[in-house]
Amino acid sequence: MSELSVNHLLGIKYITEEDIQLIFETADRFKEVINRPIKKVPSLRDITIANLFFENSTRTRLSFELAEKRLSADVINFSASSSSVKKGETLIDTVNNILSMKVDMVVMRHPNPGAGVFLSKHINASIVNAGDGAHEHPTQALLDAYSIRERLGDVSGKNVVIVGDILHSRVALSNIFALQKLGARVKVCGPQTLIPKYIESLGVQVEGNLRKALEWCDVANMLRVQNERMDISYFPSTREYTQQYGLNKALLDSLDKEIVVMHPGPINRGVEITSDVADSKQAIILDQVQNGVAVRMAVLYLLASKIKRDED
Amino acid sequence: MSQKVLLNATEVHIALQRLACQLIENHDTFENTVFIGIQPRGIFLAERLKHLLETDYKIKDVQLGYLDITFYRDDFRRSDKTLEANTTNINFIVENKKVVFIDDVLYTGRSIRSALTAIQSFGRPDEIELLTLIDRRFSRHLPIQPDYRGRQVDAIGEEKVKVCWVENEGEDAVYLVSE
Repeated sequence: MSELSVNHLLGIKYITEEDIQLIFETADRFKEVINRPIKKVPSLRDITIANLFFENSTRTRLSFELAEKRLSADVINFSASSSSVKKGETLIDTVNNILSMKVDMVVMRHPNPGAGVFLSKHINASIVNAGDGAHEHPTQALLDAYSIRERLGDVSGKNVVIVGDILHSRVALSNIFALQKLGARVKVCGPQTLIPKYIESLGVQVEGNLRKALEWCDVANMLRVQNERMDISYFPSTREYTQQYGLNKALLDSLDKEIVVMHPGPINRGVEITSDVADSKQAIILDQVQNGVAVRMAVLYLLASKIKRDED
Repeated sequence: MSQKVLLNATEVHIALQRLACQLIENHDTFENTVFIGIQPRGIFLAERLKHLLETDYKIKDVQLGYLDITFYRDDFRRSDKTLEANTTNINFIVENKKVVFIDDVLYTGRSIRSALTAIQSFGRPDEIELLTLIDRRFSRHLPIQPDYRGRQVDAIGEEKVKVCWVENEGEDAVYLVSE
């Protein structure tokens, strides 16, 4: 087993446990690379990657761009706000126009779930999903699981609770798939209105009480309340949400064990997590960000190695 | 498949002793010298030489690092398989040091070309030398030659040179393997 079973990374659902382990082992190597005085390797010097962001993103885009540049790939960036998408061009047309400039890989974020899967059926390039609507965000799940592995030694057998807005979260869905494939047990915790109805069919238990969830878990992944995706009111007030589902130092210290606290960012300080928790030793939020670059380098490297060279 | 013994255990040990003495001639106290074992197969030879210098010649504290060259190779996407990386473990800076690259077999020279690029990530060495147990003559693709060689062999294209170590394969020996 030394190559990925897929040609695109569209979601964690479509890859195997072996794929995830291979990505982790490769990421270990890249983590060493990015801690060197010179952090760049020439592996992808003949690869061109287009970052297509049809939706806003700061850290994911920066992380991908840094990963691409550290692998010496040529990078072009595209964001929907400054493009012809506004003029009515279709997704396939937009992407095909970009690909005709000889692009080998596409990293795409799109507001519509399944945009990556759709595109993979119509174009001839390797696609990495950087988030599609409320569907999947595979590299985030990989870096989350990688960070758990780094901190706790293994993911298998660990109890992980994902807290907050599960309904609008692609991070939650990808995390559930990744953690389960790696042998962890997953619970979700949040207001009833923000827990999707089908969640139990994924083998995930729902816990309404944050304290109980924290007592059960080894790792708590605190998701951001995604106000921008909430067209209706899902809970009475932010204050009430914080009181019931916010993680504060007093609650954390009252547990009889040290759990690991994660957050995919950006943090709403004082809403889902207080500052003293976010900045505490138990939080691995900044490790997650650092690992994000290594994991994305691994994904791009492994996918790029499957692109066949043009016979010339 | 047939295989022929190029070096038996005694001959390997003699070669190692000679290589150690040649290193001492050029590096004296090894104060400013670092060994870099090229992954995956050069690390056994590098460890052996370090051990030999410490036990037989009382030269302590030779710095040794492992360098993986996978990400610097020039055949990425040219082979069918994904190139799998090994651990790089160099916890020192090579700036202004005398670096000795150590690998078991020198063949096309492409690995060493990659290593020359890779080592630059750890600083600018004063000089770089190459030590190899087996030098396959007439098979170089690049103008690279060893500074120290255990044995020079002539092997034709399809033949492979296999270096075995006690700690890995259970014996010290070098074989010429033909399909």
